[in-house]
Amino acid sequence: MTALLSIKDLRTYFFTDDGVVKAVDGVSFSLARGQILGLVGESGSGKSVTGFSLLGLVDPPGRVVGGSIRFDGKDLLTGGEPALRALRGKRIAMIFQDPMMTLNPVLRIDTQMIETVLAHDNVSRTEALKRARDALVMVGISSPDERLQSYPHQFSGGMRQRVAIAIAMLHKPDLIIADEPTTALDVTIQAQILAEVQKLCAETGTALIWITHDLAIVSGLADRLAVMYAGRVVEEGETARVIERPLHPYTKGLIASVPQGKTRGARLQQISGMPPSLRNLPKGCAFRPRCSRADEACLEEPALEEKLPDRKTRCFHPWSLDDARDTRRQAPSKDGMAETTT
Amino acid sequence: MIVYILRRIGQSLVALAAMAILVFIGVYAIGNPVDILINPEANQAEIAATTARLGLDKPLWEQFARFVAHLFQGDLGTSFVYGRPATEIILQRLPATMELALTALVLSLVIGVPLGVYAGLKPDSIGGRSVMAASILGFSLPNFWQGLLMILIFAVLLGWLPAGGRGETVELLGIRVSFLTVDGLRHMILPALNLALFKMSLVIRLTRANTREVCLQEYIKFARAKGLSSTRIVLVHILKNIMIPVVTILGLELGSMIAFAIVTETVFAWPGMGKLLIDSINLLDRPVIVAYLMLTVVIIVTINLIVDLLYSALDPRVRLSQVKS
Repeated sequence: MTALLSIKDLRTYFFTDDGVVKAVDGVSFSLARGQILGLVGESGSGKSVTGFSLLGLVDPPGRVVGGSIRFDGKDLLTGGEPALRALRGKRIAMIFQDPMMTLNPVLRIDTQMIETVLAHDNVSRTEALKRARDALVMVGISSPDERLQSYPHQFSGGMRQRVAIAIAMLHKPDLIIADEPTTALDVTIQAQILAEVQKLCAETGTALIWITHDLAIVSGLADRLAVMYAGRVVEEGETARVIERPLHPYTKGLIASVPQGKTRGARLQQISGMPPSLRNLPKGCAFRPRCSRADEACLEEPALEEKLPDRKTRCFHPWSLDDARDTRRQAPSKDGMAETTT
Repeated sequence: MIVYILRRIGQSLVALAAMAILVFIGVYAIGNPVDILINPEANQAEIAATTARLGLDKPLWEQFARFVAHLFQGDLGTSFVYGRPATEIILQRLPATMELALTALVLSLVIGVPLGVYAGLKPDSIGGRSVMAASILGFSLPNFWQGLLMILIFAVLLGWLPAGGRGETVELLGIRVSFLTVDGLRHMILPALNLALFKMSLVIRLTRANTREVCLQEYIKFARAKGLSSTRIVLVHILKNIMIPVVTILGLELGSMIAFAIVTETVFAWPGMGKLLIDSINLLDRPVIVAYLMLTVVIIVTINLIVDLLYSALDPRVRLSQVKS
């Protein structure tokens, strides 16, 4: 099966007055139909910009400056705006982080749903309304007829996110990009939304890119993981195997900093230092100053290479290679992850 | 809703009463109209007679009581100068001013909003910058000077349009209006544009600022992610959001345009209420001044009420039906 989406060496730069910000600088991953990819990284690592680049929604002064995005065999970067518009909402939909902000406050829900239907399909308003209603039912909203007549401010946060998901599902897209859609919700609602999205994607065969900084969420959801750091994918592979045996020191650090039952009472491990400024990246590997395994070799930029079968990483000293029998989920702190001095 | 309107009307009546007291006392402090009205060679007996005839010999509180008593009968007094009821004189002039102000309002909306949206969508383009530069001129140059310049260019140099007056009028529902005749329209273009220029600049700047703000909102990005055309995003998603502040400001400004179109009316010799007010102040025609200011209060209060109602139509979050009374 050919990949539904294949991104190669995507570069999106922001040309600001203070210099060029390389928000996305060499992102590659691919996604099969119906697959769920977790795109993980901390704030400012370029996750969201990657998502916007896919849809051609990067606002000036940002611009996609290189790489290729192939979606179902077509190149999205050369198609131009009309081709992209036809794709947006129809074959690739997006859900945003803050459900309080994604729905237009002065338009009724039915208006916002019907316009989405009519933007791509030449159907009657009655038919569009029927589809909108069905979509609301699908995401578990009770009394949809009444809800259609409401305005966004009459909904709770979780309900709004359901509406946003319903809008994304209106055209049964091939791919949904979910940009931290549960971050702004409380934990119980978060779990509901997560389960809902998982169910819908399984039912409709929709592929999903779940952008998040929360490894815990995505490890139970995604088939594959791509870990981003400073605008680059530093590790990619099947979720279970990445969690089990992370290759990149950054991934390992991320996993170690997730609280777990057996570390109860112990101090959480953390990655020392701060994420670098995208305007002023360190020479070579961007993670070098924070990394315990760094040496002179790391002054060169490592490439994203397949170090193990179906396991890519961007590191000269991948963690689990020389330590292949080590299947412990956690690195003991004497390994130096926590107290790295830079 | 009805409770809300009733409450607003109650508030308006209080404002009206306060205004009546202030205006009455204020106007009676600025001079004795008898000195202006009467023949300078009149003797003391004649002056006393005139003062008594106009009721000016009574103490202030008695004059005010009489004024209020008449007010409740719908009588705002008789003009000292014209000898006719003040309301009748003002209402005769009202249509001309209303016509001018409403035309100016429409002009400032129809020209101002699209220009503002354009400048907001393309803030760095040459067009966008030019619009903003022009809008600065629009509200920093004195209104009368703009008017004089327009007369100089369009009436004197080019000779395209008349310099003043109202032109040919026709009767519409018992009111004489200019906008239905070609001649009337030609007379109206310059004063209406002059009156509109300031508001237009205001609308442009307001619209631009709001457009820029709304454009950055997540819901606009979401609308784009839904695959909507940019036309629909601008005309529905952006426009409906920016109209809320624009309507508020223009509502307030309409009141002042009707009440104080004085400068424009004077420059273009437009026979409206503003010119009447200036004349009346010069002649110390107290009943007309008082009646005019009272009417102004009524107009502004009414417009504010209408704006509040419009507001709720535009913004579902302030629906008045939900206001607990």
